[in-house]
Amino acid sequence: MINTATANSKNIILDIKNIDKWFGHVHANQSVSIQIEKSTIHGIIGENGAGKSTLMSIVYGYYQADNGSIYVNGKEAFISSPVQALNHGIGMVHQHFMLVEPFTVLENIILGAETGTILENSLQRARTELKKLEENYSLNVDPDAIVGELPVGIRQRVEILKALYRGADIFILDEPTGVLTPQEVEHLFKILRSLKKQGKTIILITHKLREIMDLTDNVTVMRQGKVVTNKATKETNKEELAELMVGRSVILSVNKKEKKIGREILSVNNLTILDEKNIEKVKNISFNIHEGEIIGIAGVAGNGQTELLEALTGIRKINDGTINFLNKTFDNSRPINAKEIRKDGLAHVPEDRQKMGLVTAFSANESGILGYQDLSIYKGKIFLKKYAILKDMYNKFKRFDVRPSNPILKTSSFSGGNQQKIVLVREMDQEPELLVVGQPTRGVDIGAIEFIHKQLVELRNKGKAILLVSVELDEVLSLSDKILVMFDGKIVGKINQKDADEKTLGLLMAGAN
Amino acid sequence: MLEYFTIFSLLIDSTLRVATPLVFAALAGLFAERSGVVDIGLEGKLLGAAFAAAAAAAVTGSAFIGLFAGILCSVFLSLIHGFACVTHKGDQVVSGMAINIFVAGIGPTLALAWFKLGGQTPQLSGDARFSPLHFPGEEIIANIPYIGLIYSEVLSGHNIFVYLAFILVPIVSWVVYKTRFGLQLRAVGENPEAVDTAGISVGMMRYKALFITGLLCGFGGAYISIAQNAGFIRNMSAGQGFLALAALIFGKWKPGLTLFACLLFAFTDALQARLQGVSIPGIGVIPVQFIQALPYVLTVILLAGFIGKAVAPKASGIPYIKER
Repeated sequence: MINTATANSKNIILDIKNIDKWFGHVHANQSVSIQIEKSTIHGIIGENGAGKSTLMSIVYGYYQADNGSIYVNGKEAFISSPVQALNHGIGMVHQHFMLVEPFTVLENIILGAETGTILENSLQRARTELKKLEENYSLNVDPDAIVGELPVGIRQRVEILKALYRGADIFILDEPTGVLTPQEVEHLFKILRSLKKQGKTIILITHKLREIMDLTDNVTVMRQGKVVTNKATKETNKEELAELMVGRSVILSVNKKEKKIGREILSVNNLTILDEKNIEKVKNISFNIHEGEIIGIAGVAGNGQTELLEALTGIRKINDGTINFLNKTFDNSRPINAKEIRKDGLAHVPEDRQKMGLVTAFSANESGILGYQDLSIYKGKIFLKKYAILKDMYNKFKRFDVRPSNPILKTSSFSGGNQQKIVLVREMDQEPELLVVGQPTRGVDIGAIEFIHKQLVELRNKGKAILLVSVELDEVLSLSDKILVMFDGKIVGKINQKDADEKTLGLLMAGAN
Repeated sequence: MLEYFTIFSLLIDSTLRVATPLVFAALAGLFAERSGVVDIGLEGKLLGAAFAAAAAAAVTGSAFIGLFAGILCSVFLSLIHGFACVTHKGDQVVSGMAINIFVAGIGPTLALAWFKLGGQTPQLSGDARFSPLHFPGEEIIANIPYIGLIYSEVLSGHNIFVYLAFILVPIVSWVVYKTRFGLQLRAVGENPEAVDTAGISVGMMRYKALFITGLLCGFGGAYISIAQNAGFIRNMSAGQGFLALAALIFGKWKPGLTLFACLLFAFTDALQARLQGVSIPGIGVIPVQFIQALPYVLTVILLAGFIGKAVAPKASGIPYIKER
């Protein structure tokens, strides 16, 4: 069901017709057609694996389509490499930046666009050109800075500059906001709007509904390799798009009943934590958590949340202050032992599942028992009980809707959302007194987000305590009973959920006090 | 005073000679590693070139044909390395080691079959070797104290290869940092994906780099067999390829620092040769084994303790495969 929202009278700059692409047995793009109007921002939305990135890689010449054609400005374009895409005015800002970190901004910009043997001429030319671009788009990038030392937001601008320098008219941005702080996102949107004003066309690939609603003129929804719909953004809404993406109705808001809190589970008193360079990352903070309560910690990444999580779970040492968990007290001289505290009923879903939550080279059932491998249901006298583990994992995967529910597969062959579910089911299934969870839905599909949120609320309703750390403001707002805002290692705000709104939190997160 | 100065001059003189193959091999390795290909096959290429150069020189009686043969052999080995790890994305360490082992065996075998001298090539003399260049007026200036020594021992009287090796360092530096090829070379060793999406062929860049690696190793190997020595003998490269690799790491993949590292290693080698059997005041004669171990001990200390933040080209050792 393809409905072409754009009429023929409109100025179509990029016309994608009936693109097919196979990867082995996977039909990644199935007869995909999209028309993109000049000087608009066009959103392409879909879950992971819906085929958005594949389609754009074809438009950019990184992959070749098995079938179908692409028209740029009404003329058929045969794009067999990124260079040819650029010749047609198509530039791409990749999700993982295509930048050489030890190089300067200028060197990165000219890479592949240089001429002659000697670099200096190309560098000079680029410097002059860059000044002009800077003035037009207010990008604020120092051409002589080393890219590896720049924050991600600025690196992204370097990528945009790269495409501009090569004369791109159509910009493809693949999940551009995934790594950005809210402020950086704002700045990016400003840049994109000014690009549009100057007549450039922007294609935004994302799975965030909010970005689509904020920024785009038209939107294409993709699901399982097919275009589900093409629409003008103002004629649709978040709920409809979510349903089209997932293929069933999705409840975006979390349904949560009032609940009486029980006894105190955790209390943190005047906690101070230093990092490896002896810089104070957590500064004299105090809070507590009770049974049946979700405490959400909001804040821009890098304001001490990671260190706090690590200290609570025994990975990092406490420099000053105390942590009381159930009836035990920990401080600098009585450190938390990660293994012991797990046994006492503190479960941990780390922020970075691939680095700390799982061993991606292990099979899924091995990843699924990490940290609990000593439990008698898994471990015999000498050997692991392979069969019992597999059976247990199979049941767990079914229950948590891990797809595919085959625990023999390698962990790395699961998608991000399913990997996260493996970690969650492992940690939640032991019915811990306190679940410490960092970024539970980072890089996770909207359907899986809904599921994970439901599970967290259910655990709370069972009377367990949850400490939730997330950079997604929506998530903290909808799940938490009480919200703490961290800024520069300090807790700068404690707000009950019913008194909290995005604006207040946003200001606190930016340290505007 | 003059006596110590003489000793010092002679030390420098032999340092330069010992350093030459190291410099060639290290610069060769610099190109490979900067392009993202780990090359522990430097040793094999040096040895292969040494054999080919000596064999060709022995047969034709021409040092230049020998040099050409040496380069040809080394380039060939380098391209095999490329075929294995660029085209077929094989493991670079395995491929490099295979080349080392292959050459160590095939050289003496062919020498035995061709020359029947127990795995050696015939002694070379005359035009079949590169002989030292002597600067004009050497004999007259030699009589001037100090300056004469520097002129005749340190500056003059070396092989053409020695001068070439040292001239190469600024040239390589210029190529790597100031040219378009250099920019692409450094980029491909850091982030091949970025290079690919910028429209430059990753494979082609790595082959180009490996070609240069072969070329430079060819010079280094030929120097060993037909300039520094007069013929090929079994295992005559004696780990200099590995030492060059160590110098490259110690030099943080930068031409100037790498030269410094090569000179340092060569100096300790020259020093140990001179210290053998010398009675040191207050200590006496140090057993020769300890003296001989000096360069290796120094290498270990330097590599383990002093290089600190040596950051290798990020993509080094990883074959480039497009995702999916």
